[in-house]
Amino acid sequence: MNTATPLVQLIDIVLKFGDDVVLDGVNLAVHPRDRLVIMGQSGGGKSTMLRLILGLLKPSRGEVRYKHLRVNRLSRGKLNLLRTRMGMVYQYSALISSLTVRENLALPVEELGRKSRKELDRMIEEKLDIVGMSGTEDKLPSELSGGMRKRVSLARALMMEPELILFDEPSAGLDPVISSVIDELIINLTEQTDATSIIVTHEMESAFRIATRMAMLFQGKIIQEGTPEAFRTSRNPVVRQFVTGEVEGPITEATIHHHADHTE
Amino acid sequence: MLYQIGFYTRATLIHIGSIVWLFLNTIEEMVANIRRGRWPFRLAAFFAQTDRTGVGSVPLVMLVSFFLGLTMALLTGYQLQKFGTERLVPTLIAISFTRELGPLLTGIVLAARIGAAFTAELGTMQVSEEVEAIEAMGIGPLRFLVAPRLLAITLLMPCLSVVSCVAALVGSGLISWVTLNLVPAFYYDAVLTSLYVSDIIIGLFKAMFFGLLIGLIACYKGLSVRGGAEGVGASTTDSVVIAISTVIGFDTMFNLMVTKATG
Repeated sequence: MNTATPLVQLIDIVLKFGDDVVLDGVNLAVHPRDRLVIMGQSGGGKSTMLRLILGLLKPSRGEVRYKHLRVNRLSRGKLNLLRTRMGMVYQYSALISSLTVRENLALPVEELGRKSRKELDRMIEEKLDIVGMSGTEDKLPSELSGGMRKRVSLARALMMEPELILFDEPSAGLDPVISSVIDELIINLTEQTDATSIIVTHEMESAFRIATRMAMLFQGKIIQEGTPEAFRTSRNPVVRQFVTGEVEGPITEATIHHHADHTE
Repeated sequence: MLYQIGFYTRATLIHIGSIVWLFLNTIEEMVANIRRGRWPFRLAAFFAQTDRTGVGSVPLVMLVSFFLGLTMALLTGYQLQKFGTERLVPTLIAISFTRELGPLLTGIVLAARIGAAFTAELGTMQVSEEVEAIEAMGIGPLRFLVAPRLLAITLLMPCLSVVSCVAALVGSGLISWVTLNLVPAFYYDAVLTSLYVSDIIIGLFKAMFFGLLIGLIACYKGLSVRGGAEGVGASTTDSVVIAISTVIGFDTMFNLMVTKATG
């Protein structure tokens, strides 16, 4: 049990889009240097949680805290300042397609920092080296493969030396080898930089490889939170079905009921 | 019927409100950056947009205006010739293009050429989460994406409107010389004596305002794209249609107001 002050806290979060309840009373604490993997079904609200932490969405009820700051009550200026302490790696990389790799990496520093050209070049070189993408500075994102784009996206997230890195489906759409490379990169990076990371995924192999802690989101609620070991031996039928990937079980039933309710 | 009127009125008011919000927030983000001792927008992006909006549009604006001026002079010249008043052609073309057709024609060309490009670009960035990524980095997306585009089109519209007027006068001057026997010296002199400074100022002011409207509508439609490639296509079409209709609508209102005020 980690007794340190949490870096991020979601307190009784409810998020509704119209009549759709996406998150229904989520409570979660992320401690410094955690690698927290949030698992759950596709479209279940996992990525939405990352957007709440970044302040890109405001909860219908509840509070998001970053250390002592109340994220959903910050002014736009303060929120932008807070966002510089976080880095986000998107599922489809979200690199600016009209800018080269170098320009993509330079963007946050040029816009928000005060570094000399020489220092900026050194930083770009260093971050690209960390993710194993040296020599791609002048390429456009469209000239890179999915895995390469994801690594560049990670390098961009590192440019402001963030305390917290958020990963949205880091292995999605990648072959198993590249997926493992990305996982190793996440582990090494967080260990080297002492950064905390929150990883959203539904790929179990990747989740168990990366996580120091895990949380399972189901029907808008965190139904279990704990160590990877606790998840492997969990008796919760939902967690068990998700971890083993069995066809029969409470997740399948809930999905069928959900579809039936929407087609009635 | 009443329900539909209410529905469309509400939707229109929401769009107008959102466009005003976009404008005010873009200014707010720019001011916030000035307070931090930085440029209000990315200079490189601004120059790239001015090049594309201004320099890139010159050939099309010139071409359309040249031939419209030429056609107008030809058609009006033949009619006026029946009454022996074809010498009025330079006055007619000069006033109508400087006050009216120059800004309007440039507005229509830019709404189609640049407005559509702004919407498609921002829409694609929105769909591929690039806009969100910019916001997530703590960079104001409005000052980064909207401000350079908005400033470029607002500042370049008057310049292009001048290009449009000159091209139309050259076109109409040439045809008047060939078909109406109005020599260039007479034509030039008639244009200069018929134009007032107020005509030029009104034309330039209108062009600037039209530029702002086109830019705001295009950026708003781009940033509010939903639903992938189809959404980008639909928003781009909407952007061009709404921008052209708004420019024509405002132009008509402006003319009615000015005509009423000046008698």
